[in-house]
Formats: sequence, structure tokens, C-alpha cells
Amino acid sequence: MTQSIAKILIWIAALSTIVVMVLILFQILREGLPILQLRFFLESPRSMGREGGILSTMIGTIALTVVAIIFATPLGVGTAIFLREYTRERKISRIIRFGTDCLAGVPSIIFGLFGFVFFVIHLNMGWSILSGGLTLAAMILPTIICTTEEAIKTIPYSYREVSYSLGGTKWQTVTHAILPNALPGIFTGIILSVGRSIGETAAVILTAGSSLVMPTSLFSPIRTMAVHFYILAREGISMEMAYGTGATLILLVLMINTIAQWLINRYIRHRT
Amino acid sequence: MMVEIKEKIIEKMLLLIAFSSISILALIAIFIFGEGLPLIWKIGPKAFILGERWVPSQGSFGILPMIFGSFWVTLGALLLGIPLGLACAIFLCEWTPPWAAMVLRPTMQLLAAIPSVIYGFWGLIVLVPLVRNYLGGPGLSILSGSMILGFMVLPTIISISEDSLRALPPSFKAGGLALGATHWQTIWRVLIPAARSGIVASIILGMGRAIGETMAMIMILGNAVKMPSSFLDSARTLTTNIGIEMGYASGEHRQALFATGVILFFIIMILNSSAIILSRRRMG
Amino acid sequence: MLVNPKPLLWLLPLLVILSGVGCQRSRAGITVAGSTSVEPFAELLAEEYMIRYPQSHIYVQGGGSTAGIEAVRTHAAQIGMSSRSLTSEEKDLYAVTIAKDAIAIIVHPKNPLQNLPLEKVIEVFSGKIRNWKELGGNPHLIVLVTREEGSGTREAFQKLVMGKEEISLESLVQDSNGAIRQVVSGDPNAIGYISLGLVNEKVKALKISGVEPHLKNIVKGRYRLVRPFLFLFKGRPEGEANSFLEFVLSPEAQELLQKEGLVTIRP
Repeated sequence: MTQSIAKILIWIAALSTIVVMVLILFQILREGLPILQLRFFLESPRSMGREGGILSTMIGTIALTVVAIIFATPLGVGTAIFLREYTRERKISRIIRFGTDCLAGVPSIIFGLFGFVFFVIHLNMGWSILSGGLTLAAMILPTIICTTEEAIKTIPYSYREVSYSLGGTKWQTVTHAILPNALPGIFTGIILSVGRSIGETAAVILTAGSSLVMPTSLFSPIRTMAVHFYILAREGISMEMAYGTGATLILLVLMINTIAQWLINRYIRHRT
Repeated sequence: MMVEIKEKIIEKMLLLIAFSSISILALIAIFIFGEGLPLIWKIGPKAFILGERWVPSQGSFGILPMIFGSFWVTLGALLLGIPLGLACAIFLCEWTPPWAAMVLRPTMQLLAAIPSVIYGFWGLIVLVPLVRNYLGGPGLSILSGSMILGFMVLPTIISISEDSLRALPPSFKAGGLALGATHWQTIWRVLIPAARSGIVASIILGMGRAIGETMAMIMILGNAVKMPSSFLDSARTLTTNIGIEMGYASGEHRQALFATGVILFFIIMILNSSAIILSRRRMG
Repeated sequence: MLVNPKPLLWLLPLLVILSGVGCQRSRAGITVAGSTSVEPFAELLAEEYMIRYPQSHIYVQGGGSTAGIEAVRTHAAQIGMSSRSLTSEEKDLYAVTIAKDAIAIIVHPKNPLQNLPLEKVIEVFSGKIRNWKELGGNPHLIVLVTREEGSGTREAFQKLVMGKEEISLESLVQDSNGAIRQVVSGDPNAIGYISLGLVNEKVKALKISGVEPHLKNIVKGRYRLVRPFLFLFKGRPEGEANSFLEFVLSPEAQELLQKEGLVTIRP
């Protein structure tokens, strides 16, 4: 008897999770999809965001994400390589892992505070793509480290054996045997990070500003799509534009997520 | 010889790179503490943490209402998220026909990927009016916030709990069933207790995410600065306190917001460390 | 793989920094930072200005009146925006009034209230009056909505309306005028204050002590809840900043502001 009740409750739980998700997506997409015409993507916001499109915010988002990835990937991949290939000493790797795990748990508003006081004020970079990108890089670093490590883990030891037996040094083994095979994993980490960066708001507002003008350099302030959505939705400037931006965000995230999942499946299948 | 030197250099460089995450963490701590601690010292930790009035224009910086706000909102989120999350984890692990898993799993990943501002927006448009019209109060309340937050932490709880359940040796389940227990009894009395530390770790991590959420909460909680007395009251969390006033603050006010960040940092570090220790123990 | 990818990966961040530094020097244009109440109007004006002078770049940034004052002092911005008058310590800056903005007390359109004497406004917002029935309306708790601490609009409200009385700590706090308007338009029991220029058909602006918040009443000085929108400079304005200022004070720009609901400085 308890079994049937339990089973029903669990089914309800699972279904309601799906239902809520669908409701949220449906609401935004229903209002937002009609707005997504070509014009929307090719024009920048005008008149406080009431008219035009979201071009400058898209450029801003892309710029920010690119900067973040450029800085986080070498650091992340390097860390993962070090942890997996270069150290057996448990103490060092434990410290590093602890640091990475903790970094992964730091809330975005704290990153925002840090980015503001460190990049914007202390290093005098001002509200800029660079400040925002560097802050984001710190946020996505743990993800890159984690996925790269997972990728390296799946590489059979035989690859390394072959490389060493051919007379390769450790570094040559890394660059010729390990890295090329870990690339899909690294890409997965990058794509997951892109997904996260797109949605990030708190840290971005405090470090990259909220200027609607098309950026001209890395030191220009920019508004990302997520920030634009937040401001539009809060200020009630234009619900239409808000829905449009929201729909764009959701579609992007859907796309990125699907690609990431496909990558994960593909390279796992590749191994086994 | 040259090759060996080059290898050594590369190894040292990688060591430096590997310390980047720790260094960043340390930098964050240094700068946030650097801005916030002087104010806590000046006012006195007791007055800061236990003070009930937050009125920066008068120099009153007490964050107790925000601590309570964070506490209640997180509690509410967990009250929703834990049963729902565990149920989904069990569902995915034990009871799912393949077609259902194919729907639920991507749903779960999507839940995790959706930006928090979208959640906040939806909560504002749909949930808040519902609460206001059917339950009373301004709608912008702890209840609304908890409900949305509960959904936001679901993926964390589900994925880690599911991992823990899957990691159990099949003998546990086989043993339970062999002893004559029903499927459910086996799950409830054998598997879940066995996966206990992983599940608890997932809850603690979920708690960490809940406490750290900012944007959606600014949109839904109403941000009143008094001690909350009911779930239908508006409230302010440590994160939203920073988020809502940071744009304008200067001088002492800004320092006080960093000080709020200090307290938040402490809480999160404690939570995270416990989760990490728990999952290490689980891994053995 | 024939080419070792790793060193190239590390070169990228360096290139980014170098290009960034290089661009820094060539970054023309001015930054206008400060009050978020002034911000949307400054953005609008900047847009118009850049249409007329395509070579110029004007970056408009929020941050609040106080932050704007600081920014202009430290040269982080060339022009500061403030939605409140300067305090005595801030008088070292050169201030130009570019427009006036009235503060409207708003309620839900279905709220039967039409007029509120100023003393009652103070009692409502300080929490002394808690129920609409004390004002002749339906028995329901009043939901107060205010701006956050540090906001120029809130400070102006505090100065022009509340005086020595404190705004109730039980009030909901929203971080923009638009958000206040949103809350009030959705809650029949809410009352808040926003820029007059932002009032639309979704909310109702109350008469204060019998005076309607209308342009003619403001110009005649009968509606008193008015604050200046200021452009601030460190020293006399020059160069691009001066050029922008002159545009903002020109008749066409002022007409634009008036269309958006502000009160121009030339009656």
C-alpha cells in the first residue's frame, strides 16, 4: 500500500518539475518569439530600449564571454594537466582541489563585489569588457578545470605508455597524446561556461556597467543581454523588448545545453 | 640536458598555474575583507550582526533582518526542494521507464541552465500575483521567493543525490528485495540511508546555492528591511542587500555592504567546506 | 599534432591585454555617470547628440547621484548626473540644471483616493497610518513602496516630503522608479513615489494638498515636490563635455525632455 502511495507521489513530483519548467519556458517564448525578427538582432537599442533591437547587447555578451574564455581556458587546462599528469603528491592536489571546489561555490554577487573593487577600482580598468571578462573568467575557472580533468581521466593509460616508450618526455606526452584526445572534453567545459556566462547578471552589472552604446574597445562599458533583460523587465520600459530578450536568452541557453549534452554523449561513447 | 631543464621549467609553470584557483580565492577574500572588516571593527561585530536596524542614511548598520531573511528563504526553498529533489532522484534511479528518463533528464539540465533573471521574471509575473490574490500580503514575499528558489536548487539536489544512489553496490538493493521487502521499502529503508552522506552533501550544496542567489530574489522578495514575521512578509537576504544598494553606495555605506559580503563569504565557506568534507568521506 | 598548441593558448591573453591597453589610449568620448533617474534621459540625449555628431562617443552610466559626484571628482567621468541638489561639501563642483523633475505620489488606478494632504503623506510613509480605511478607503493594510537607500529619488523624497520623519522600515524596496511603478500598478493597496515623467495610465498620481502634479502647477510653483536634474563638472566644462552640455540646454533637446515628461528650465 505504502508502495503505491509512494509511487504516485514520486510520479507527481517528477511530473510537476517538468510542468513548471514547461510553464516558465512557454510564458516567455510565447510572448517573446514573435518579437524575434531579423531587425531585432541587427539593431541596437534606441530610446532607452523602447525601440530597436539588441545588437549592442549581443556584441557585449559575446565580447565578455570571449574574454572570459581566453583567460580561463589556459589556466583551467593547465591546472587540470598539473593535477592529472604531474603530481602524485596528495597534499598539493588536495589543496588545489579544495580551492577549486570552494571557488565554485562562491556566489556571483561576491564575485561582483570582488571584480568591482579589484578590477574596476584598484586596477583602474573602469566598468569595461575587460573587468567583466576577467571576473567571469574567475567564475568559470572551476568548470573548465573539472571538465578537463574528467576528459583527461578517460584517456587510457596505454596512450601515455606508448608515448613514453617512444622516448617522449612528459611534456611531449601531454601535448601529443593527452591534449588532443582531451579536446572534446575541454570544448564541453568551454561550452558549459559559455552557457553560464550568458545568464550571469549580478557580477556583470557591477563590473561591466550597463551602457547601451556599441563598445569600441576592451575598456568600453557594455550591457549584456541578461543585464538588458533585467533592466527592461524591472523598469517596465518595454515589456515587448523584455520578452524578446528573454526569449533570445532561453533559445541560446537551450542551444548551448543541447550542444554540450551532445558533446558529452559523443566523447563518452567514443571512449567506451 | 636542455630538454630536462625545459621540462623542469614547464613543470614549475604548471604548478604556478595550478595555484590560480587558490590565488583567486585568496584575492577575493583579501579584497572583500579589506573593504568590509574595518567597518565591522568600527561598529563592533555584535552590533553589526545582531543589529536590527539597517538605515545607512543614519549610520545604522545592523544585518540581523537580512540574516533572518536569508535563513527563512533558504529554509523554505529546501522544504520544497528536498522532497521534490529526492523524489526525482529516486524516480530517475529506480522507477523510470526509459521514455520518462529521456524527458526528465534534459528538463533537469535545462532547469540548471536557465538564467536566474528569467526565473525571477516569471516569479514576478506569475507567482507574485497568485500569492497576493489568494494568500494575502503584497505577494512579494518569502513564500514566493522560496518557491522559485526551491526550483532553482532542484538540479543540484537531484544530480548529486542520483549519483549517490547509483553509486551504491547493487547488492544493497538485491539484499533488500531478497529479504522480502517491497521495492519502496528497499528504497526507503536501505538505499536512501546508505546514500545518506551524498544526499546530505547535495542538500548542503543546494543550501549554498540558495543562500547565494541574488537577482531572482531582488525581483521577488520585496526587499523590506525589517525582521520578517511570516512567510507572507517581504524580506531581504544578505545577497539582495548587497545587490540592491551596491549601485549607489559610497563611503561607509559601501563598506557596510562589503561587510555584508564578509559575513556571506564566511557562511558560504563553512557550508561548502562541510559539503566537500562529506563527499570526500563518501568517496572513501 | 604537428604544432604545439599550448604556447599559443598563453599568447592569447597577452594579446588581449595589449590590444586593450592600446585601445585605451585611443578611447575618445566622454563618460556621463550618476543618477539612474537622470540616466535614461541622458541616454536619450546622448543618442540624439551622436546622430548629429557621428564621431563622438558618449557613454552613459548609472550608479546613483552620489557615485556620479564621486566619479566626476576622480575624473572617472567627465560629466556627473545628480537628481538632488548638492550638499555643502559638494559645492566645489560646477553644477548646471538641465531640467526639473517632479515627484509624483502614485497609487493603483482602482484606488478611490484622489487627494492627500502633505501631512497625511508623511504619516502614511512613516507608518503612522497603516490602513486605507483611515483615509476613507477600504479596510486593507497599506503597502508602502520606496526606493533604496542611496537613491537620489529617495533622498529627494526624504527632503521634500518626509523632512525629519523616517520612511517606515516595513516598506517594500525596489531598485528603480520603473520597478516601483510596476509594483503599484499590480497591487491595489500599494502606494509609492516615482518621477512624474514616468507616470503612465497604469498608475494614478495623487493630488497633494489639492494641487495636481501638472506642468502648469509646477511652473507656477504650486506643486512643490520638484527636484533639479543636474549635470556636474569639475571646473568649467570644456571640449566634448561642453559641447554636449550646450546641446542639452538647446531648445530642441529641452523639447525632447519635455516630451518625456520633464520640466524644462526655460518655461
